[in-house]
Amino acid sequence: MTVEIQSNDFIALADIALRNPDLQHAVAAGTRGGYQKRAETMFAHSREHGEHMRQQAAEAKRRALRNLPDLLETAERNLSANGWQVEWAEDAAEANRLVLDIARRHKVQTVAKSKSMLTEELGLNHALEAADLRVVETDLGEYIIQLNDETPSHIVAPVMHKTKAEIRDIFIRELGMEPTDDAEAMVAFARKMLRHDFLNADMGISGGNFLIAETGSVGLVMNEGNGRMCTSMPRVHIALVGIEKIVETVEDYATLTQVLPSSSTGQKLTVYTNILNGPRRADEDDGPQHSYVILVDNGRSQIYGTDYAEALTCIRCGACQNACPVYRSTGGHAYGWVYGGPIGAVLTPLFVGLENAQPLPHASSLCGSCKQVCPVDIDLPRMLLDLRWELVRDGHSKTGWDAAMKAWAIGMTSPRRFALGGATARAGQHIMGEYLPGILGNWTKHRDFPDFAPKPFRRLWKERNNDRA
Amino acid sequence: MALPARESPIGKPVSLFVTCIVDMIYPDTGMSVVDILEHLGVSVDFPPAQTCCGQPAFNSGYRDETRAVAKHFFKAFQDAELIVTPSGSCATMLRHEYPTLFTPADGTPYEQAQRIAAITWEFSEYLVDGLGIRDLDLSLPAPESFAVHDACHGLRGLGLGGASRQLLARLGNAELHDLKECEVCCGFGGLFSIKMPDVSNAMLTNKVENINASPAETIVTGDVSCLTQMNGGLSRQKSAKRVVHLADVLAKALPEERS
Repeated sequence: MTVEIQSNDFIALADIALRNPDLQHAVAAGTRGGYQKRAETMFAHSREHGEHMRQQAAEAKRRALRNLPDLLETAERNLSANGWQVEWAEDAAEANRLVLDIARRHKVQTVAKSKSMLTEELGLNHALEAADLRVVETDLGEYIIQLNDETPSHIVAPVMHKTKAEIRDIFIRELGMEPTDDAEAMVAFARKMLRHDFLNADMGISGGNFLIAETGSVGLVMNEGNGRMCTSMPRVHIALVGIEKIVETVEDYATLTQVLPSSSTGQKLTVYTNILNGPRRADEDDGPQHSYVILVDNGRSQIYGTDYAEALTCIRCGACQNACPVYRSTGGHAYGWVYGGPIGAVLTPLFVGLENAQPLPHASSLCGSCKQVCPVDIDLPRMLLDLRWELVRDGHSKTGWDAAMKAWAIGMTSPRRFALGGATARAGQHIMGEYLPGILGNWTKHRDFPDFAPKPFRRLWKERNNDRA
Repeated sequence: MALPARESPIGKPVSLFVTCIVDMIYPDTGMSVVDILEHLGVSVDFPPAQTCCGQPAFNSGYRDETRAVAKHFFKAFQDAELIVTPSGSCATMLRHEYPTLFTPADGTPYEQAQRIAAITWEFSEYLVDGLGIRDLDLSLPAPESFAVHDACHGLRGLGLGGASRQLLARLGNAELHDLKECEVCCGFGGLFSIKMPDVSNAMLTNKVENINASPAETIVTGDVSCLTQMNGGLSRQKSAKRVVHLADVLAKALPEERS
């Protein structure tokens, strides 16, 4: 039940996206809108205040990461004290099996699910459906994605790659909606359909944006309220939480629940900001009767021991995707696994193996926008550079590049060879004309190349000094 | 990104690192830098053994090759008291990346990397932050309109951005306009432009559209590599607009004694 990995096909998948005008239109608008709103909200007080918030958030997540083993033990103790039943899953298979066991134990038939990227990693929906359970994604974007049998293309806006007209057609085709172009009418229609599912679900599944160690709580933020329905209406609630989602204190949660929506949607707070403390108490009328937290590793502890550990502080806000000019051009599906954009270009090789995601570290111009907008200041360009180095070190780079780079380095370590190379290029260009050969033809495919100067600077310099002498 | 305060470069002779692309393709830009610095009374030298900073290899993951080129750079600039370079990305390479390539265990190369990082300035940064010049007291021969494209490494690697605008704003006969998404990458990214030409071109096309929509006749930037990408796209897409290096705009305003 593993999730398909197509990351080695990045260039081909990007090409498909580049040729899809609906996707181009939708992603251009979605990313730029998010990027703009982020800047407005993060810097609403002042740039300094926004930067300070980022550093405070980064420090909260890094502190939690440093103390991860201890905090996980603290969290388990405090979660249990709140009545949560805590389970641990080492990988996707184990996590999915635990969910199925719980579903069977409680005779569950229908599951209402709120948005969770972790469950995308796990392929949870397919695992549940294979066991004849009905699963309904209740986040509007995820609902549309599920109807169209797709995966999310963006961390917080899963259906960013679709236009309104495409979504209308999905509703008409899959649900028999009366044709309308009115977005509000479409949302009202989906809401009505989902209402039925909320009322009939036996079990709710959510992710967890944060796991608060000191209080034993799951922190969950959302805008549509669907997550609140999923975690309070059904008899059973399971929160699947990656072990890196832990934070130490409620105060840290308060910091992070500000930078997360500011960075992703430009909201100061999400419409619903929840701290979930387990099943309903004896004196309470509502809430689930059984609450579970499944703490999922699925490769995280392996990343923890590497130079890329800081990537685990990611709070899944999607700001790097909105800021990235590559993501803006390709959308998220081109990255070929669960996470797209800069964070996906780093996380995917770490999760699925660099050999299975070789183009991703190169799917960046290293422009640095991702780091600049990251609410926890993850040095994504640095990690991309390190992954590129690993590709070379482990022999994954193309032999042609290896040879070219070796030859280049020989040319660049002597001014005489450097000058000779320049003269050769000048002469070669004269012969070849407008379109360059071989791999260099990739340049002239879309752009003209300037002429090499008749005399290089070093010669002009010498001539000038001779004139002056 | 805040960098630690550095020793003032005032009064020190400049060793020009002209960069490999300027040397081979845009030597006039190199001469513009020299002319402006000499106009300001700065003594300029061109260490003749210089080649490239090693960025193409570094950005492609070829660290052994990068170290070899860096060590050559150390040799070429062993006598330099101050390095000025007309490229934000090469300056970023020297300032931020050289120190990551060597560890204290490497001995001399480590110390040299630290030294090079400490004495390197990007051209506009050197003028404004280094020499404290806000106004060059120069005027273009005829009115022209400009907008600035912030090259990525200069903007986010060195924290530049303001320097070139400050100089242009006080340049006579120069009118400064906005460029939409001036802080967004042009799609060059070194070998990225060759490894992923279609994605690079999508980014370039967006840049060309914004340049065409700007009221400015000319776009000014601080990196000739980005300039090559943008002009390559403008030319291919039959736009009449062009991107020029800041040094070439400023040099046009110098009095006639230019050699």
